[in-house]
Formats: sequence, C-alpha cells, structure tokens
Amino acid sequence: MRDIAIVAFHQSRAVADAGACNEVEMIMPVLNEVYQQVGINNAQDVDFVCSGSCDYLQGAAFAFVAGVDALGAVPPIKESHVEMDAAWALYESILKLRMGHADSALVYGFGKSSPGELPVVLSQQLDPYYLAPQWIDTVSLAAMQARLMLDQGMLTERDMAEVVSRSRRNAMRNPAAQLAGDVSVEQVLAEETYLSPLRKADCCPVSDGAAAMIICTVDKAREWGVPYALITGIDHRIETHNLGMRDLTDSVSTRQAAEGAGVGAGAIDVAELYAPFSHQEIILSRALGLEGSTSVNPSGGVLAGNLMMASGLSRIGEVFKRVVSGEAERGVAHATSGPCLQHNLVTVVEKA
Amino acid sequence: MANLAAVVGIGQTKYTTKREDVSIAGLVREAAQNALQDAGLHWDEIDAVILGKAPDMFEGVIMPETYLTDALGCNGKPMLRVHTAGSVGGSTAIVAASHVQSGTFKRVLTVSFEKQSESNAMWALSSPQPFSTHLNAGAGGYFAPIIREYMRRSEAPYNVGIKVAVKDRLHGARNPLAHLQRPDITMKEVEDSFMLWDPIRFLESCPSSDGACAMVIACEELAEQGPKPPAWIRGVAMRSEPTMYAGRDEVNPQAGRDCAADVYRQAGITDPRRDLDCAEVYVPFSWYEPMWLENLGFAPEGEGWKLTLEGATSLDEDGDIPWNPSGGVLSSNPIGASGMIRFAEAARQVRGDAGDHQVKGARLALGHAYGGGAQFFAMWVVGANKE
Repeated sequence: MRDIAIVAFHQSRAVADAGACNEVEMIMPVLNEVYQQVGINNAQDVDFVCSGSCDYLQGAAFAFVAGVDALGAVPPIKESHVEMDAAWALYESILKLRMGHADSALVYGFGKSSPGELPVVLSQQLDPYYLAPQWIDTVSLAAMQARLMLDQGMLTERDMAEVVSRSRRNAMRNPAAQLAGDVSVEQVLAEETYLSPLRKADCCPVSDGAAAMIICTVDKAREWGVPYALITGIDHRIETHNLGMRDLTDSVSTRQAAEGAGVGAGAIDVAELYAPFSHQEIILSRALGLEGSTSVNPSGGVLAGNLMMASGLSRIGEVFKRVVSGEAERGVAHATSGPCLQHNLVTVVEKA
Repeated sequence: MANLAAVVGIGQTKYTTKREDVSIAGLVREAAQNALQDAGLHWDEIDAVILGKAPDMFEGVIMPETYLTDALGCNGKPMLRVHTAGSVGGSTAIVAASHVQSGTFKRVLTVSFEKQSESNAMWALSSPQPFSTHLNAGAGGYFAPIIREYMRRSEAPYNVGIKVAVKDRLHGARNPLAHLQRPDITMKEVEDSFMLWDPIRFLESCPSSDGACAMVIACEELAEQGPKPPAWIRGVAMRSEPTMYAGRDEVNPQAGRDCAADVYRQAGITDPRRDLDCAEVYVPFSWYEPMWLENLGFAPEGEGWKLTLEGATSLDEDGDIPWNPSGGVLSSNPIGASGMIRFAEAARQVRGDAGDHQVKGARLALGHAYGGGAQFFAMWVVGANKE
C-alpha cells in the first residue's frame, strides 16, 4: 500500500459565536491557508475532496452542498462527504489514495454550533424510539460516565481538574484556542458544579469554525517540495449504542483502533485526544496506554475549543504540526463520535 | 492500480409506502441479512460496514450509524457513514468498494435506507435558510423548469414523459420488490393524472417508499469462492459541481458528462449504447430518462427522446438498451437507498440473477445516481467478466 503524507493543515480560531459568518465564509479562509502551505490555487489542484459536516448544526438538509461553493468546483471535481467528523473524511480520502484513484486530497470539516443548543441537538443522535424522546443531552450522559468513575475510585475530581488546568495552560500557546489561561487546579475545584460531578470547566465549550488538511503520496509531496509527515497507521472502531451494555469507564473501541493503527509499535512523543470532557481524556489516555513521557493535548485539546465535525481532523493536524516542526518524532491522534466515546478513530503520524 | 473487487451478495427489502412492522433498525437488518444470505456469509465474516442515507432530517435521527451499529453487526468494527444528497446510495457503494479496492479490507457490507413513512422529506428539503433564498419547492418543483427547458430545446413530443412513466411501471410489474405494481397502467391514465408541477404529472413522479438495500463487496480471491457469480466492479466515478455558477447547464450538467466519461474510460466503453447491455439510471421524474440518455452519451444531444419513443429502453418492446428493468426510481423510491438500488440492480443483471426483469445475456451494466439539484453524480460499471 502507498505511504500517505500530510502536507498542510490549518484550523480557524475557535469562537463562541461566529455571528453572521456563514459556512462558506468559515471554510474559505482555512482552505486558502492550506492551499498556500503547498503552493496551489484551489481544489482543482488536488485529485479528490472529502468533507465532514452535520446538517443538524446548520438546521438544514445538505449542509455540505453549501460547502462545495467554497471549493471552486468548475469544472466539476471528484468530491465526497461524510456526515461525521472530518477525521472520517480523511479516512475515506486515504482509501482513495491507496487504490490509486487519487494522488492528493483536500479534507475539511466545519461546524457552526452556536445557533442551536448543541447538547440538546445531539440528544437526537440517540436511539430514536427509546432514548431520543427523552432528550438526554450529551453533558448529562458524560456526567453519568464521570460519576461511575468517581464512585468506582477510578479517578478523583482533582484528576479531572488537573486535565482542565493543563489544557488551559497549554492553550495559551495555541492562537486558535477559545479558552486559555493560567488556571490552577485549585481554581478549577473552587468552581461550583454544573451537572454534577462536572463543572463547566470540565466540559468543552461550544465553538464555531472549520479545519482543513491536504494529504498526498510521498512522490507528490516531493513534487510540491514541502515538509511532510507520514500517516503510518489509521483505524477506527464503533461499539454498541446501548449504554447499558458498555463499560463506560473504559474505551474498548479506542483500544481496538489503537491496535489496528499500530500505536504500540514505538514511543509516543505527543498525543492529541478528542476528549470533550476532562474525565474522557483520562479514559482515552489509559485506553491508548500513554505513559508520562507523552505530551498529551499540547494544543489544549477540545477543552480549549471544540469545532464540531472538525475537531477530530484538527487533532491529527495538531500532531502533524509538531512532527514537521521537529518537536516530536511520532504522535498519536484520536477522534470520536457518538455519546460517551462510542466510535473512535486513531491515527499514528510519524516523521518522514 | 486498484485491486479487483466484486459484488458477491445483494439484499433488498420489499419497497412499500409504510413498513409498520419494523423499526429503522429492523429495516436495515432485513436488507443486510438478505445480502449475507445471498453471499452465503455470516455476520462475523464482514470486516467493515459502510452506511448511506439521505439527510438526517428526513427521519430526524442525527448520525444514525451510532444507533444502527447493533442492528448491522458492526460492534468492534469500522463503520463509515456517507452522505452526498440523492446520489448517496451510489456514492456509498463506491466508498464501500474503495475499502476493498484499496487493499485495506477483504469483505465489507454496505447498506442504505430511507424510511419515508417516519419522515417528512418535503419539509426537510424546504427549511428556510438564514443566508439564502427560501426555495419552498421540494424536488419536483425544483426540476420542473429544468424539464421544461429540455422540452423547449429538444422539441420533443409532449408524450415522451408519459411513455417513460408507463414503461418503467411495466418493468416494475416484473419485479416483486417494486413498490408500485401496475401491470395494467396505460398512457391515457398517466396523461389524465393530475398535474403536480407542470409538466410533471402525478404518475410521472416517483413514489415515496420505505426500504433498504444492501450489498456485500469482496476482494478478487474471496469473490471467486462465492456460491453465485460475482459482479465485477469495472469502473467507479463521482463528480460534483456547484449549485449555481455562471454558465451552468442544469439540463445537461457537465458533472454528469464528466462522470460518465470517467467511468466509461475505466471500463473500456467507447459507445455506451452498443457496449452496455442495460442501465439502471436515477430517473425520479419521467423526463429525466431522455435527458440522461443524452447526458450519459446513449444518444446525441436533443435526440434522447427518440430512443424512448422507439422503445429502445423498453424490455417489453425488446429494446436494444433496456433502462431501469427493475422499474427504477419511478417504481420504488426510498431516497437514501434509491442510488444503491440502481447499483445493485445493475449487478443483479450481470450476475444473471434478476428474475423476470432479467435482460437476456447481460454482461455489462451501468449503475447511476444523481442528487441535489443535479450537481452530484455517482456511477459504476459492473461486468460478468473481470476485464
């Protein structure tokens, strides 16, 4: 199988409310940024385009149709879309490159979550007959998961606050972050609970924005003459939707995906984890077998800003940035979908 | 460079207005189970599941793959959800094929569905948007003026659409899974049916159906071991163009022409009418048959309607290039599955497994899907032979 290189990545600044900025206006700047990084003009200069978005964020069928308007798709282009985080659009694109139907691909994801009540909107991804009618929001489900772990002595509220404190401090070096600051563990613990046992700081903010990436074959990366990192493994797994049948204190599908992606084959310098709630970073770190030597969420992770449908792709992009800068040699990126980490994707990015 | 892959199992539900006996999960499982049975396989022999459907707003379930993983035996496996408008059933099959053609997986299951009785497509397609003109028209209202423009350009007789409506229903009457069963339909009855969106009459429109379609796609080695002949995937192509741009030809979209040229090149087709034995083409409104006959290169521009009137696309008139022998979208339309049904029915033909709507001796067939305002296209060519 052909090696896959990442050659460009950019994420817009996560903002609480992008106001009158529409989806195309959110996407255009990040596309222009990745075009510039490899020195191309538009989507005509890549062989394939794939995006991730969610109609329910926009409140209309076919959110991705507007997205196509950002591409300059005249003459027509080879293009596809997943109703998932753009990390899965990356997965689809990698298959296209591996089968030889493309040598390069543009991948992007976007979400404008601010117009709706995101945790309530996402309740409608639950079983439509038994669960969705109860409108159980995502924060409540995550709170239940955290409570299970606290009750079983698998973590403490201080552990969770440490995740938050580290995220806020790391995010001070991330210009795209929405929430950043020199916040101590004590300051987090002093906050009142929001949905017990979660404090607001334990939950990712609601953000608007977009992210884009360009991948290609190694030959193409050399032709473009730009620095690149290699995707040496990628896998994703889903587990049962029935929360009562899952061990919510563990992420079995993350471990399966990590094994499939070959995470254990070497040391991990950096890990970017899509953990929308502080306790989930702990679950994921354990599932991935991360040790103290790994820098976890140096960007601040999604607690610093969560671009729905793009955050998973951004995790991979954040690892890519650190590998090409020489800050890390080998890193792991994780993306998630569904309630309480139901579906997980793991990518290994390595120095070329 | 792509690895060979083939369809080794096909499963469908009966298409009908309301499947009140099953949930959405029950519906997709029925199609998937039928596909596994057709392939002589069990759930644990599937490596990954690729799911497709039209907008989540139809049934009101966001990212339904999270809910459907249990019904589709996918726990512990990869699951991908494709959404490319009305072309989604076709795109999903193509994405599923890429799982095998890339050498990443040996055998995958792909499923698409729509349970329109639990949804309101007309509403979902017409929600007002803060930054754009409100088009409260649904699909028929959107396509009617484009059809009128085709009629003006081609100077086609007014009864071409009526002929397609009758022809596809007669085809559908040969297919026990088809939603509409109208062996007695007449030209007069179609002509007398009420005008929905001028020039589209009620009987020139697709129905609204519940249903699901599934396929198992396998690598070369496993495909040769199956109990039934495989349908080899000889070419796959997708194209998209923007909804609006200066000079866009909505009657004969360039994305459709480019997509067809791409898939024909892969399959070694130079004259589609001569080289292909039949085609399953997305025709939700009758006039789209002559329009797509031209767009897909079966007839010169302005002359597609002649093939229709001559009976070239009709099984009952012994035409040389039957279109939609299954009855097509005009006979069954679970939107998210409609594209995949075209792809699967093309595969049934070259497997020689299409029952009473079998095109005799079919060896090479086209599956076609389009979506949105005809700016998204997906096509594949399947054959009885590998090359």
